[in-house]
Amino acid sequence: MSDLEKYTAGSATNIVRPIADPGLEPHRERMTDKSEHHARNAERQVSAMFIISMIGAVIAVWGFFAFPIVEGDLSATRNNTFWMGIGMALSLLGIGFGAVHWAKTLMPDNEVSEERHTARSTDEARAQAIEIVKLADGESGFSRRKLIRRTLYGALAFFPIPAVVIFGDLGPVVGDTLKRTMWAPGTRLTRDPTGIPIKASEVTIGSVFHVIPEGLSELEEHKLEEKAKAAVLLVRVNPGDLKEDPAKASWSYDGIVAYSKICTHVGCPVALYEQHTHHLLCPCHQSTFDLADHCKVIFGPAARPLPQLPITVDDEGYLVAQSDFLEPVGPSFWDMRK
Amino acid sequence: MSSTTEPKTALGKAANYIDERLTVGTVLKNFGRKVFPDHWSFMLGEVAMYSFVILIISGTFLTFFFQPSMAHTYYDGSYAPLKGAEMTVAYASSLDISFDIRGGLLMRQIHHWAALVFMAAAGLHMLRVFFTGAFRKPRELNWVVGFLLFILGMAAGFTGYSLPDDLLSGNGLRIIDGMIKGVPVIGPAISSGLFGGEFPGTEVIARLYSLHIMIIPALIIALLAFHLMMVIVHKHTHYPGPGRSDANVVGYPLMPVYVAKAGGFFFLVFGVIAAISATFTINPIWNYGPYDPSPVSAGTQPDWYIGWLDGALRLAPGHLDIAIFGYVIPMGVMLPIIVSLVFLALVAAYPFIEAWVTGDKREHHVLDRPRNAPTRTAIGAAGVVFYAILWAAASTDLIAIFFQMSLNHVLVAMQILLILGPVMAYWITKRTCLALQRKDREIVLHGRETGRVVRLPHGEYIEVHEPVDKYELWKLVDFKDYEPIMPRPNKDGKITIGTKIRAVLSRIYFEDRIAPVSKAEYEIAHADHSPAIEEQPKRKPKALKSKR
Repeated sequence: MSDLEKYTAGSATNIVRPIADPGLEPHRERMTDKSEHHARNAERQVSAMFIISMIGAVIAVWGFFAFPIVEGDLSATRNNTFWMGIGMALSLLGIGFGAVHWAKTLMPDNEVSEERHTARSTDEARAQAIEIVKLADGESGFSRRKLIRRTLYGALAFFPIPAVVIFGDLGPVVGDTLKRTMWAPGTRLTRDPTGIPIKASEVTIGSVFHVIPEGLSELEEHKLEEKAKAAVLLVRVNPGDLKEDPAKASWSYDGIVAYSKICTHVGCPVALYEQHTHHLLCPCHQSTFDLADHCKVIFGPAARPLPQLPITVDDEGYLVAQSDFLEPVGPSFWDMRK
Repeated sequence: MSSTTEPKTALGKAANYIDERLTVGTVLKNFGRKVFPDHWSFMLGEVAMYSFVILIISGTFLTFFFQPSMAHTYYDGSYAPLKGAEMTVAYASSLDISFDIRGGLLMRQIHHWAALVFMAAAGLHMLRVFFTGAFRKPRELNWVVGFLLFILGMAAGFTGYSLPDDLLSGNGLRIIDGMIKGVPVIGPAISSGLFGGEFPGTEVIARLYSLHIMIIPALIIALLAFHLMMVIVHKHTHYPGPGRSDANVVGYPLMPVYVAKAGGFFFLVFGVIAAISATFTINPIWNYGPYDPSPVSAGTQPDWYIGWLDGALRLAPGHLDIAIFGYVIPMGVMLPIIVSLVFLALVAAYPFIEAWVTGDKREHHVLDRPRNAPTRTAIGAAGVVFYAILWAAASTDLIAIFFQMSLNHVLVAMQILLILGPVMAYWITKRTCLALQRKDREIVLHGRETGRVVRLPHGEYIEVHEPVDKYELWKLVDFKDYEPIMPRPNKDGKITIGTKIRAVLSRIYFEDRIAPVSKAEYEIAHADHSPAIEEQPKRKPKALKSKR
């Protein structure tokens, strides 16, 4: 105990124990210690498990060859997954159970005690270590030659900077891309994913359309990036149910309203519409928006209403955007209002 | 002179060859009979380590077939429902692994199940270490290393989960992107740097891939090596009991017992994971379809170990956004980030906090039974409940559907529970621990109740108590015990703020305490009022004969 006792015990109490440590409990013999018969049985059990392991490996190999991939037939996948997996499991468990059973029945189970030493180095070792550091310091002149030391610190501080800067091209400067989408005056509202334009007359009361801007489905590049900002949900409600702000009354068309589908919380698609309450629910974090009231947040972690896309109809009766969204879509970011 | 004996056998020659080059003899001499204590709870860390090995084995197989590319392609594999669908090469190659490579689906499932088991085992191992006080000196730094391993495990899990580029994991990335964008000032730039431009871009899968198969595993391997090295340097802790002290370690030797038990255990863990993977589907990416920012399915959930963060996102109230000079700080995102970072910081710092409160500078190698450190156990229970509520909150929608309750009510109930639950857990746990300690004292002083009621000649009825044996007795009385400290002035005659805080914490920790039975108390109990134990046998030896 001596090296342990040199540390302070803090606010620990020092209550004298009623008895002294009685030492390890006496060892209890197992059946396999007492009888050669039991020991031999255990030996057979261990080997049996090792034999099962070998059989398992054979089953796994058989599973590989017995069920070749057949195009369009998923049962091959199911069968080779199952038989190879079960075979591997048997071969692994056989070894595992065998080894543990061997240890528990046939290897000695007498507990032994080993001394511990504190983590702290001995005083002698410490003194030698300090001696080495001092010697190295003297030989190099690290403490003495201040100019070298200080310029070294400077160099060490400067050299990683290029390693940080070199990552500057991981992504482009953000600019105003987060505030713009594909929607522009006259862009037709089309169905997701087919890109077929939607006529106002096709939108019956209560129906919901998942909408993308015209031309998005033909994009060769940045299709998903544009879609991640421009996806819109189109709903027609009874015009009398809409609580429209007079300034935004012209943004809807005969009860048809279009709102960004991208949640203003962290960007999941707000895809669940409850017809009789006019509520939109985000399936990720349950932000709930009142579609009839400019998609104001009525529940959940989102802070801003879903931005509304001002729409109207063109000469042919197709729904078109009046303009882009008038505020950023999707998750809030710090300079979104600038 | 040649004192070395020349080996004769083939094995001897081989051993000689190796030892003359690698000094294996000395290594075996020093470590071959190293003692490890035995307890089921010590296997939790082993399960985590072995799962990690399984992850490396199965993950290496997957790298031979997986292509981390977001280039567009049209699916042309065995899975008919998606034939001709437009998707990324990453998603198509994940489908090919599942349906066009024999054993590919098995390996994918082994990899995923092993990851789930890895995080579960690592988490339980941390709880074991916490509740038994194994993080005390000299193991505080190893606690921090273990903590970092847990965080890296979450990072490894999340980056791997995202690689197949399916709809579900794509939505997970979308959420991460939304959180990153919400970070003031740097958020949008970091998002652009991660995705190589706007979300989802064409870069992120390849970048997550190099994190997932190189950087994060390399860090895990380095820290794991350090973690294990420290276990060897410190020697393993052991549970309290007769013959066990801070100066020794009691258990079985490495060779042969632990080689067989721990080595065999690796095969058991691998075997169980293989059996689960052969029979239970995990992450059926073919059902979700390729990532598209517009569709989503109800009941979306991350893997279980990310759940608590997702729950935090759900519980944050949305109307606390702060606007300063027109700049927005979205609290619906920042509040969960701040709360989870504070929680993690407290977990990492706990050993140092407790060491500061007790002022105990000794090394501790004998574990505490959780009841013998009531306040620590109560704090741990509060932390577990806090985490569990956040975790359950990631399923508010499923809970509401299953129990046919209002989604809104479930969420509000979770918000309330997140505050109240930990307080209740703290109080209940602390009182339970103190009650268990009282029971232990009772057993030491008066023995165990036997349930045998005896009528004495003068008509009195007593219940016979049977004293515990000395081994059991030692386990019940040998534990560390602390008293609250008084704030004392320092040498300048001042009581510093630090001292005051420490005194307050010390009072919270140790004001309600049940001290271990002292020698004096024990002697009084046995000399004075214990006719049931000592005096009775003299009067009625036959009726009271102990069963032992």
